[in-house]
Amino acid sequence: MNGIHDMGGMEGMGPLEIEKNEPVFHHDWEKRVMGMFPTTFAAGGYNLDEFRHAIERMGALEYLDSSYYEHWLHAFETVLVANGLISADELSTGKADPNAEKIEPALAPEAVPKIVSHGASARIDIDAKPKFKEGDMVIVKNINPSGHTRLPRYVRDKLGCIDKDHGVFVFPDSSAHGKGEKPQHCYSVYFSAQEVWGAGASANDSIFVDLWDDYLVSARDDD
Amino acid sequence: MSDTHDHAHPHNRKLTDPELRVKALETLLTEKGIIDPAAIDALVDTYENKVGPRNGAQVVAKAWSDPDYKQRLLEDGTAAISELGYSGIQGEDMVVLENTDEVHNVIVCTLCSCYPWPTLGLPPVWYKAAPYRSRVVKDPRGVLKEFGTKLPKEVEVRVWDSTAELRYMVLPKRPEGTASMSEEELAELVTRDSMIGVTEALSPS
Repeated sequence: MNGIHDMGGMEGMGPLEIEKNEPVFHHDWEKRVMGMFPTTFAAGGYNLDEFRHAIERMGALEYLDSSYYEHWLHAFETVLVANGLISADELSTGKADPNAEKIEPALAPEAVPKIVSHGASARIDIDAKPKFKEGDMVIVKNINPSGHTRLPRYVRDKLGCIDKDHGVFVFPDSSAHGKGEKPQHCYSVYFSAQEVWGAGASANDSIFVDLWDDYLVSARDDD
Repeated sequence: MSDTHDHAHPHNRKLTDPELRVKALETLLTEKGIIDPAAIDALVDTYENKVGPRNGAQVVAKAWSDPDYKQRLLEDGTAAISELGYSGIQGEDMVVLENTDEVHNVIVCTLCSCYPWPTLGLPPVWYKAAPYRSRVVKDPRGVLKEFGTKLPKEVEVRVWDSTAELRYMVLPKRPEGTASMSEEELAELVTRDSMIGVTEALSPS
């Protein structure tokens, strides 16, 4: 979706605010929100793409006016209800439905070191055929889906070059909407700064964006 | 609830102070048995005290000291970083980018705030905020200047937008005058910002 989150190249967002000796967290509630991520993820609350899409669906004003961990909080409140782990009534009253089945937490404190050091790769171990190889010239599709996509606006319809094939990964546009993993190759794609931003950009500079097969077409006339 | 937040929420709930919302949600999730708050305590302790940019600094210092390790690191970042034990959440698939006299790399996530947690820790606020995410892809040299980093025109600036599940970190240039330094001493010169690519590593002088 063409949401406020897709901000590469926008102007008017104000100056950088760089804090010296910044603490890891600024408020105690941020710590709890951070810790809710691995714990509710382990409980099967959502996949990463659903989580990101919940943030993207925030109102633009609210998104800009709130912090990173408020975005996360919004995502938990949205996606845990949407996926049925909690009900809207439970969220608004703050009380568990006495008739609901009580479960055991999926992530025990003792398992935290293991989860932290293993994570959950989105790489998929299958032998899918890549559409492109390193050095291929590609054009990014000009698509404007209303759902989740990881194709930023600023490279749509631009000419790029496949720099590296990273292998096969979950396709977020599908995974965010319960339509399966649709595994496909994901590449690092090179764009010259001038291709993206025009002749005013530095002739020396470049941008690399990770893009999936479904976002790309060949730039060769005979394809 | 403050007056300023007293407006309609997209889901017909009233926005309240995040502190209250977090407390309510954590209580509910705990009551339902979905989460164990002690696991949250353990996660917070991990990212406040154990996982942070000192991990990445070890990786960089080793790469500066050991050419074979550096080669492995640039060829397969995930495997070489896991040799030092810094793998895991948000670092499952790592790519390391080498800064040289000709090329300067800088990382961003324009769409959210993807960042290599196991080596760099949780991201600073400026990395997650709109000014950096919007500007660094279009005006990287201007953004770097705000961090005090001025690059010659002939250096190629490469901006890496973390739009997929690859996580990037920069291998900064080894500073001049460090030939006799140990790995431990070198690690002291490696800052978080130099591994994001907005600054260079510290000079020993």
